[in-house]
Amino acid sequence: MLLLDWLYVAAFAVIGLLLAALSLAIVWVLSPRSAYPQKRMTYESGVVPIGQAWAQFNIRYYLFGLVFVIFAVEVIYLYPWAIVFRQLGKFAFFEMLIFLVVLLLGLAYAWRKGALEWT
Amino acid sequence: MGTLAAFFILSAVTLIPAVVVVTSKNIVRSALALVPTFFGITGLYILLRAEFVAGIQVLIYAGAITVLILFVIMLTEGGTGIRIRQVNEQVPVGALASAVLAALLIWVFLRTPWPQGPGALPEYTAAQIGTTLLSSMVLVFEVTSLVLLISLIGAIIIARRER
Repeated sequence: MLLLDWLYVAAFAVIGLLLAALSLAIVWVLSPRSAYPQKRMTYESGVVPIGQAWAQFNIRYYLFGLVFVIFAVEVIYLYPWAIVFRQLGKFAFFEMLIFLVVLLLGLAYAWRKGALEWT
Repeated sequence: MGTLAAFFILSAVTLIPAVVVVTSKNIVRSALALVPTFFGITGLYILLRAEFVAGIQVLIYAGAITVLILFVIMLTEGGTGIRIRQVNEQVPVGALASAVLAALLIWVFLRTPWPQGPGALPEYTAAQIGTTLLSSMVLVFEVTSLVLLISLIGAIIIARRER
């Protein structure tokens, strides 16, 4: 891949940032502004909120975060595999199948141990 | 010429949010400022023709690691919502130490003869890595899945003990 081809990626990144900035700028220019205390309150589906929006969250979320990181690491192995998969044929397919089955054992373990349950 | 311009732009994209990371009084803002830093480093990897490392940088660092850092902040008592001061009274000493370290690194970089390996880079490094990983390094590849499995089980065991 030529280095110049990456300019497309750079162009898309710049255009994406500009679009986001533009939509914010349009709102900033066109919308009327008013300030009153209720407006600064945390939105809690219409009821009066209890406490701050920035609260300490339950430790159980951490497990989901860790499982997410492990499967993200798995994806970095899928990436080179997906590029050369067609050239290497069946052998590569079964190699990846073994790789994924081993990781699915981990997911099965998590499921069996109730790590995915919210009790 | 274009590469040099890209290098300077990407360095700015990396360094400006990095300054926000270490100076912001809002710790969530510090964590989120890591994302453009990681993207800038991704661009630098692409300039070095290391597309695979760049892909890892986006997937793991800009994606997973940032999420993990945000999780840790949200799970910490008083982690969010407070204003913190990231520096103490020793700012001048720290600035001097980092300036000396930077000068030393630049000096070493300029003096070291960098050897160049024989042969040319493959046209697309990720494809070459994939071929190697799935042919001659297949045992390493399969053992990696075991390492990931062990870390998954370890994470579950440690997280469940907390209750």
